[in-house]
Amino acid sequence: MIWNEAKECMSRDELEALQSARLVKQVNRVYHNVEYYRKKMQAAGLEPGDIKGIEDLDKLPYTTYQDLRDTYPFGLAAAPRSELVRVHASSGTTGKPKIAVYTRRDIDIWAECVARCLSMAGITKDDIIQVGYGYGLFTGGLGAHYGAEYLGAMVLPMSTGNTQKLIDMMIDCDVTSIACTPSYLLHVAEDLEKAGLVDKIKLKSAICGAEPWTDEMRDQMEARLHIKAFDIYGLTEMMGPGVACDCEYHKGLHIWEDHFLPEIIDPSTLKQLPKGSDGELVITNLTKEGMPLIRYRTKDLTSIEYDKCECGRTMARIQRFRGRSDDMLIIRGVNVFPSQVEAALLTVEGTTPHYMLVVDRVDNTDTLEVQVEVAENFFTDEIKSLEKLSKTVHDKLKMAIGLNAKVKLVEPNGLEHFDGKSKHVTDKRKLYQ
Amino acid sequence: MFVKQISVFLENTEGRLDEVLKILAQGGIDILSASLADTMEYGVLRLLSKEPDKAKQILKDAGFAARIDDVIAVVVPDAVGSLAKVVGMIHAAGINISYIYGLSIDGEGAPIAIKTDDNAKAEAIIKAADVKTLGMEDLQ
Repeated sequence: MIWNEAKECMSRDELEALQSARLVKQVNRVYHNVEYYRKKMQAAGLEPGDIKGIEDLDKLPYTTYQDLRDTYPFGLAAAPRSELVRVHASSGTTGKPKIAVYTRRDIDIWAECVARCLSMAGITKDDIIQVGYGYGLFTGGLGAHYGAEYLGAMVLPMSTGNTQKLIDMMIDCDVTSIACTPSYLLHVAEDLEKAGLVDKIKLKSAICGAEPWTDEMRDQMEARLHIKAFDIYGLTEMMGPGVACDCEYHKGLHIWEDHFLPEIIDPSTLKQLPKGSDGELVITNLTKEGMPLIRYRTKDLTSIEYDKCECGRTMARIQRFRGRSDDMLIIRGVNVFPSQVEAALLTVEGTTPHYMLVVDRVDNTDTLEVQVEVAENFFTDEIKSLEKLSKTVHDKLKMAIGLNAKVKLVEPNGLEHFDGKSKHVTDKRKLYQ
Repeated sequence: MFVKQISVFLENTEGRLDEVLKILAQGGIDILSASLADTMEYGVLRLLSKEPDKAKQILKDAGFAARIDDVIAVVVPDAVGSLAKVVGMIHAAGINISYIYGLSIDGEGAPIAIKTDDNAKAEAIIKAADVKTLGMEDLQ
């Protein structure tokens, strides 16, 4: 079912005209309301009048994660404080989080975007949906919740952490759909199988996101739970979940181009690439008022297909993510940068900053092992001191990245010593094919 | 009077102990006594040798984390309750024992190595009770 046919099936000409009009308006808005953007544009020798449509998009400077940090918390807000109604923040970052602020209209548009995604997954107002994302600063819980309510479905705001209750209520309340991370859904599937309850559920669909997943995982979910599973994409900086979602043909994730203007750039030359190229996904908020981002570098590597989809939608499709142009990892839905681990390790006396992150997926749950070299000056003949070191590292990491990592002490020089920090990671999950 | 103990950090992987012992053998180190304290993932190998400094250097050159610590080598008299008596004296003095292990050194009694958080005081107490302790010169 198509929620908003007028928009989702727009002709390319009409869509581009709409995008151009919205881009011009947005550029004017940020130029006049956000000093940071104004200075950036002035430094590039740009005035709002230089941007006449989407063909001028590549004249605009990029916005990066660093810009968000530099302007924390509200330096990029483009609406007066009295119009801002909500704040969200990205997970797992040390120090200052990446935050996003929303006006009431932003929240409404977000809800509609999510409703479009849920519709794409066949969900209607007759469905009963459990939201198994965390509720709080993380966009997952409230984002999916508002979207499902906007659609008119009945929502069970389960949040995370109590799988038994989720399963009980799934059965008791005849739940027909679930929104959660793909790894969590597989975990739920396992518990349902163990308890012999798969026949008792009425689940028809799942909308999974917040971490990359594979076709193989989709096949598993669909076969084990007898459901249809859909991939929803989003990022806090742009809005949250619901920026894009895949339809029943699974030919990529339809991005809501009337609100999010996508482009692909070469992450090394920073030049915009022709349609269909492989590169880094860059998105511009066309309608966001609270904190619109102009040419935000997502660091996700992909390509975009623009031909009309069999489902009838004309909205372009983001193809499978091939990795990231930075070294960020998504572990149990939490964003982790190896540099955060490095910073945390440097505060532990006695360890060299030589470390290796080993990420794996065991029983459908991401695992993180941090291998740390025991420096000679720390090494003692007493096991208890070494155990204390392990615990200190664990606790510092927990504080820095918000995850419980398994700490493994290794011999000095036991790890290969690399200059580039991206080599500090071994990801065994094979999430990118 | 203490003896110098060499300790080495070892990852708990197959063949690692074999490797470290071979390296020491190749370096001509005569190991008088060995004890391995192990956890799930790593272990600390504690050794006594007549040439602790040389042994440490060989290990260091081979990339191991090694160190030398003083431990008290106590010749526990061959009688029921002797070990309990030694430990009891140390405990009564409010000194914490970090670890104890048996030494395979020939001679009378049952030699053990004791590491405490105050070796000097512990050794004085032991000697005052007429229990013999060994020094490096006693290592054969």
